Amino acid sequence: MDKKSDDYSKVEEDLLRPITQTGRDFYVTVAILLAIISVGVFAWIIQLREGLGVTGLNRPVFWGVYITNFVFFIGISHAGTLISAILRLANAEWRRAITRSAEVITVLVLFIGVGNIINDLGRPERLLYTIFHGEFLSPLLWDVVSISAYLFCSTVYLYLPLIPDIALMRDKFKGTTRGKIYRILAIGWKGTEKQWKILGRAISLMAVMIIPIAVSVHTVVSYVFAMTIQPMWHSTILGPYFVTGAIFSGIAGLLIAMVIIRKSCHLQAYLKPVHFNNLGLLLLVMSLLWFYFTFTETLTSFYGAEPSHLAVFYAKLTGQYAPYFWTMIFLCFIFPVAILSNRKTRTISGVFIVSCGVIVGMWLERYTIVLPTLINPRLPIERGAYTPTWVELAITAACFAAFILLYILFVKVFPIVSIWEIKEGKEVGVEETAERVKSYLPDTIFEKKSEGIGANEINSSSKRENDHE
Amino acid sequence: MRKWGMVIDLDRCTGCQACVVACKAENNVVFSDPTQEETHRAISWMSVLTVLEGEYPDVKEKYFPRPCMHCENPPCVKVCPVGATYKNPEGIVAQVYTRCIGCRYCTNNCPYTLKYFNYSRPRWSNEMKNLLNPDVSRRQVGVVEKCSFCHHRLQKAKEDARFEKRELREEDYVPACVQTCPTGALIFGDLENPKSEVHRLSKISRAFRLLEELGTEPQVFYLTEGEWHG
Repeated sequence: MDKKSDDYSKVEEDLLRPITQTGRDFYVTVAILLAIISVGVFAWIIQLREGLGVTGLNRPVFWGVYITNFVFFIGISHAGTLISAILRLANAEWRRAITRSAEVITVLVLFIGVGNIINDLGRPERLLYTIFHGEFLSPLLWDVVSISAYLFCSTVYLYLPLIPDIALMRDKFKGTTRGKIYRILAIGWKGTEKQWKILGRAISLMAVMIIPIAVSVHTVVSYVFAMTIQPMWHSTILGPYFVTGAIFSGIAGLLIAMVIIRKSCHLQAYLKPVHFNNLGLLLLVMSLLWFYFTFTETLTSFYGAEPSHLAVFYAKLTGQYAPYFWTMIFLCFIFPVAILSNRKTRTISGVFIVSCGVIVGMWLERYTIVLPTLINPRLPIERGAYTPTWVELAITAACFAAFILLYILFVKVFPIVSIWEIKEGKEVGVEETAERVKSYLPDTIFEKKSEGIGANEINSSSKRENDHE
Repeated sequence: MRKWGMVIDLDRCTGCQACVVACKAENNVVFSDPTQEETHRAISWMSVLTVLEGEYPDVKEKYFPRPCMHCENPPCVKVCPVGATYKNPEGIVAQVYTRCIGCRYCTNNCPYTLKYFNYSRPRWSNEMKNLLNPDVSRRQVGVVEKCSFCHHRLQKAKEDARFEKRELREEDYVPACVQTCPTGALIFGDLENPKSEVHRLSKISRAFRLLEELGTEPQVFYLTEGEWHG
């Protein structure tokens, strides 16, 4: 046992370093983030006092930046749990270093997404009416149900694989206040055979459960728009389109987080170029898929040429929202495909730049879905216009800052790369993978090597070789 | 059961806006200042839209009074997450201000964009405070409101009828806009009653409904000789 822990002392030291050591950069970053958040809180207090009149919203543009943020952040949440669950179930060995950093994104960003929709309510204090007086005919209530389920499951799914690492830290920090908290969180983890077995089963079960829930979440978010009868919202494609966009922006978010963690926590040995290469390829696939949906959606409404649809179509492609739309096409399709399809540019920094672009592009995508429809209602006499105010922008900035701050705090409290999973990779993963690869191949290839095989068989195989010659 | 509906004769409308003013006074609709008009936040349950036809100097302006359509299949009702907007048994689409959470989903799903949101705290001048209608509740900031066909008048008419121990007559209940219209362009009544004027008018060849192709089946009918150019 002692010998084993010696082997991994370097791993533990590396991965616990962000928790034990705190540099000046940390405090500077936290201070900047807190400053942004406090401006947002100030703006939010003004909004609570005055009502939504302090935003740029009006009639008929009843929804704006907040709803855009809601859809965007819920989309980012698909980074984590979904990707981690799929990789776990697919037994992709390269997942080990990245699953946790992905799962954290999901849980944190869901709070921000939900916060945005609460912030968008005219009377946020009546939020619980959705439970006491809920009407299940409304897609918004479907949202309430599936997002709460997702939040619950992804929190459990983040927590379960954390337990062995928390137990490790409980032993490391014995006697301190920190250690006491870890002791509570470790819920008596001793690492017995039985505990490992239960944990393994629980993680697999959650991974299976979380995939349909995650898909349902963004489908239902799209239903909020698709179930209305407004032009270019009322579209059957919106469900899969939203899910694709969500995974797409989610991967981009994850990549950005990984690059920053790699650099600031000095985890170059753990988050290697291969991780960025693999995720970069995934990002490329999602970019192509996303464009396919965008193309189909846009062409269908153009070809159908219903006047109410065309009004929205032209607002997007040539009108007021054209700059946003074409920026989005560039950032979400042209640029990623150009950079990611070339092995030479699919480097860590290349992937990082593309991911930043995708995040901006996908926010614009949500924006150009929400607004062009609202400024072009069905009755041609009514036309709308919308410019967000500083209150909306300050709150949006605070949302991003709050997410980053919470993420940083998580990194300070828990190891962002799963320690036991890395160990398991060496102890079990390497062998298992070799076995798996073997099982893919025809058994006859390995027969020569193995001992105790009947002489007849060897003879026959060598005979066959001779025949070929 | 009755089904209240309205017929608006566009050929009789002079665009005098009396219905708009009557509606505001009757229903305690908050007065909007110029900035609210500019930012498209003014509330006006009944509004007279204007449509310009032709080019200068041969211009024709058409007037188009627009209350809530009180659809038979109201798109706003099904999307409300808390049941704050509902279709009552007599065909009126009603809004419960104390239940509304202000999510504005209904306003977005109304194809006629005729639901209104209270973006700011309502402010009344002292003179106006004494003139508020005690039968209609004042709306708070952050909730959606809309034309109710003056259903408080229906309540009152029912109470009067009960007091006098008789059935409610159709003519007992008239919304403020209809009562005020000087040219008789607005006609109100029970669409289910075959003898009623609104029933007869809703069937004539001049009658049409807004965005009929959506299947919302408004209970507000328009009459015009020519085609309506929106």
